[in-house]
Amino acid sequence: MDHNNQQETTHKPVKRKEMTRRQFLSYTLGGAGAFMAGGAILPMIRFAVDPILQKKEKSGFVKVIEESKVTSEPTEVKFKVHQVDGWYESDPKLAAWITKGDDGKIFALSPVCKHLGCMVSWGGEEAPNEYHCPCHGARYTKDGKNLKVAPKPLDEYEVKTENGWVYLGPIDPNSRV
Amino acid sequence: MFKNMYNWIDERLDITPMWRDIADHEVPEHVNPAHHFSAFVYCFGGLTFFITVIQILSGMFLTMYYVPDIINAYYSVDYLQHQVAFGAIVRGMHHWGASLVIVMMFLHTLRVFFTGSYKAPREMNWVVGMLIFFVMLGLGFTGYLLPWDNKAYYATKVGLEIAGSVPFLGDYIKELMNGGTIVGAQTLTRFFAIHVFFLPGALLALLAGHFFMIRKQGISGPL
Repeated sequence: MDHNNQQETTHKPVKRKEMTRRQFLSYTLGGAGAFMAGGAILPMIRFAVDPILQKKEKSGFVKVIEESKVTSEPTEVKFKVHQVDGWYESDPKLAAWITKGDDGKIFALSPVCKHLGCMVSWGGEEAPNEYHCPCHGARYTKDGKNLKVAPKPLDEYEVKTENGWVYLGPIDPNSRV
Repeated sequence: MFKNMYNWIDERLDITPMWRDIADHEVPEHVNPAHHFSAFVYCFGGLTFFITVIQILSGMFLTMYYVPDIINAYYSVDYLQHQVAFGAIVRGMHHWGASLVIVMMFLHTLRVFFTGSYKAPREMNWVVGMLIFFVMLGLGFTGYLLPWDNKAYYATKVGLEIAGSVPFLGDYIKELMNGGTIVGAQTLTRFFAIHVFFLPGALLALLAGHFFMIRKQGISGPL
């Protein structure tokens, strides 16, 4: 026994860290398979997420109303902006509620409700002297401060006045409340 | 003649055991309404599947007229509803079936819940059933936009705002589903693709798992 064992150890072949034929083949086939699957799937994923990665252009300023016509009572103005939606270019009408604030500054609120995106409007029987949303009953003050339902105040358009005209630009978070 | 055709194929492919396997199984007495009428509650799963088949068929036929394009989508739906023979019926099947499938699925879920059928060893089937439930809700949500009328537009806008309220990832999820920053041309094509290809594919795979498991494990015992 002892003798035999010794013989075994002396004759033991040098142990190299070799991979077996089976391992080699499964790595090769697995790698090639993963490469081919990746080659098929990656283009599709990039294809699907393309809209997120495309550059967004900030909209320019649009002339909407004469400065002298803006009062302390919010008035709705409609104006056209150029919009590119994939292959579809259009000039949809946007709306803004323009008011001269107590501080004498002109500001324009976006009517898109900050609750879930419906359109608010000023006044009316349901809510005199407040902005009111027909979908879930959100209310806002003249400055756009959220009173009910909505979690945030109404967004504001950037306003520029030039030669007696009011120009509206990109939409920003409310700065008045 | 059909018998001869069947025998000719059966001799070559031995198909009899295949359908026997699927068709021959015992229906326990406690789930058979012929024995106890109250066992009709066990029919809701089958009814859900029946309506799902109707949805798939009627949906396939609707795409013969429908176009997922913001200029023409509304007109194509209007045309197939009012001008095409049986249009109101085929679209009606899809429209009412969509609500009915949710109702049936809900009743099926209640039955499974109150008979305790979700318990071991059938937990995985409950989980797969829940996944089916979410896929069905997804089908309802994406299908709702396709007529591209005011209701569809604002429902989707609201739905996407809800998706956007997810912490941290919300904006990305919303933009990915939107296919951009607005609900527009790319949203409609995206929702169409999801509604007719992606979700039905997922649904069929999940249903296959659901049915395989119930056949393998059998219907749960009486109360």
